[in-house]
Amino acid sequence: MKQTLLFKNRVAVRARASIVGKKEGAGPLGGRFDVVLDDDLLGQKSWELAESEMLRRAACLCLERGGLDVSALELITAGDLINQLMPSSLMARSLGRPFLGLYGACSTFAEGALIGGAMVEGGFRKNALCAASSHFCTAERQFRFPLELGTQRPPAAQWTATAAGAMLVDREKAPAQARLTHGTIGRVVDFEVTDANHMGAAMAPAVADTIQAHFIDTARDFSDYDRIITGDLGYIGRNLLKELLVQRGVEIDDEKLVDCGASLFYQEQDVHAGGSGCGCVAAVTCAVALDNLEKRAWKRVLVIGSGALMSTTSAQQGESIPGVAHAVALEVDE
Amino acid sequence: MNKMRNEEHRRYDRMVKALTPNSNYIQGYLRAFWVGGVICTIGQLISLWGEKGLGLSESSAAMLTSVILIFLGTTLTGIGVYDDIGHYAGAGSIVPITGFANSIAAPAIEFKREGLILGVGAKLFVIAGPVLVYGIASSIVVGVIYWLIGRLAG
Amino acid sequence: MMALFLTFLKAFAVGGLICCVGQALLMHTKLTSARILVLFVVSGVMLTAIGVYKPLVDFAGAGATVPLLGFGYSLAVGAMRAVQEKGLLGAFTGGIVNTAAGISAAVMFGLLNALIFSPHMKGHN
Repeated sequence: MKQTLLFKNRVAVRARASIVGKKEGAGPLGGRFDVVLDDDLLGQKSWELAESEMLRRAACLCLERGGLDVSALELITAGDLINQLMPSSLMARSLGRPFLGLYGACSTFAEGALIGGAMVEGGFRKNALCAASSHFCTAERQFRFPLELGTQRPPAAQWTATAAGAMLVDREKAPAQARLTHGTIGRVVDFEVTDANHMGAAMAPAVADTIQAHFIDTARDFSDYDRIITGDLGYIGRNLLKELLVQRGVEIDDEKLVDCGASLFYQEQDVHAGGSGCGCVAAVTCAVALDNLEKRAWKRVLVIGSGALMSTTSAQQGESIPGVAHAVALEVDE
Repeated sequence: MNKMRNEEHRRYDRMVKALTPNSNYIQGYLRAFWVGGVICTIGQLISLWGEKGLGLSESSAAMLTSVILIFLGTTLTGIGVYDDIGHYAGAGSIVPITGFANSIAAPAIEFKREGLILGVGAKLFVIAGPVLVYGIASSIVVGVIYWLIGRLAG
Repeated sequence: MMALFLTFLKAFAVGGLICCVGQALLMHTKLTSARILVLFVVSGVMLTAIGVYKPLVDFAGAGATVPLLGFGYSLAVGAMRAVQEKGLLGAFTGGIVNTAAGISAAVMFGLLNALIFSPHMKGHN
């Protein structure tokens, strides 16, 4: 298998937690998240500290639900969109446990699940907490404009979700919410998209690449999954992905292909092409995918986190936007 | 290999264009037109008041107009209204001098938490800086050329 | 009365049309608002230098001076006038002198705003 890890021990998903902002809470999935914030600043003195606090609360809630004391946690994998991972690092500082900070833009949650899963599968760690966050106000000021600047967003622009998700995995045999069975590590794919307002277009080729690699490595296809969940291509990116998969001869099932960014908001919420951000796929995976697996409404899902790997520097230097996508396969605990 | 790859990228580019919806052009122009027009009309009102009411010279009245419009722009930014106007009107509120004021006030407020010197003081000019740099530089070039022409002609 | 109405109508129409040029750039190109502002100021300077913008200012008043093109117009007019009065040195003083009120007001009010206000939470409409 060229890109895919097989977790033979079927790593257990012990607990999950999701927190979203007010706008996200008012969307179609609002009722499914564990916590909906009413103050996006969370009583902190800056947006970055607010994002870190949101991530810390998600992590602590997840540990509490999993019945694991912080002192027994053996690994944290976490990431966000902000320079040098300020929110994740500060969260890890307060938990005081071994920490691997990850940057994969919106693919971070899948990347963390892959690494955490591999650490647990390989017996290096007994458990791992995989988390990711994003915050509209921190991302906007870093990547785009000051919040109060009066400008228009083009139709392809996506709305960075204020959200955090955390998932605790371990090796216990006890019945789990779900099991992690595979992880597919994506390649960086760049189709020379330069429009920083069109993330869906920049990432769709990477997602197509990873889905195809996963199917080849595992000899699976759409019929083996209840849902193929992408995050976060948005409405336009999702359509592009369908076209790309068809062009590559991958048979698709439109109903099974869902995108976290396209599901998070109502169209009337003026988010243009949909939601985005590491926290979006993390929170939606925890609140919807893991929930449905636990309830056995779904038997098996493939979660693909996709990241647009641009920085403000690369954008200013006129570089095109490389995309990367990582996938993890989750299934019900038999 | 390289050539083939570029062909694939061009094909993808066309696909992206085909699948991306356009802005609502008519609505965009109408909103920019009326909001921009209204801001200019307010400017006209102020300058008329300056000239007729306060008895200022034409150029002083123009300066007064700028100062008042800039005050309105920064204040509407501070109370969190200007970005909503901009969201609605686009260039209708970017292009008038109030938009310039917004481009100064918005980053200044945003980067307040990074301190008064490198936050507010430096970021204040993040958008207005380039405007001043290229505006002033080009006016100097124009002045120098104007001087040269005067020399050559005289 | 009619003349007064016409003055406002011209300011409204010309100002609106100039904003529509900006809107065209915003919708049909990838230019950001910052680039559009720079483009407008420099264009204002150039159009004034070749003698095109002055007639528009005479015609439309604030309709031509309030958009950022008008800022460029003030810079260029100031530079050219100062060259006439003081020679070459005027090229370096005229532009800023003529726009000093606007620039100073923007800096001062921008600063005051930052001291008084904080960014608002967005997107909860």
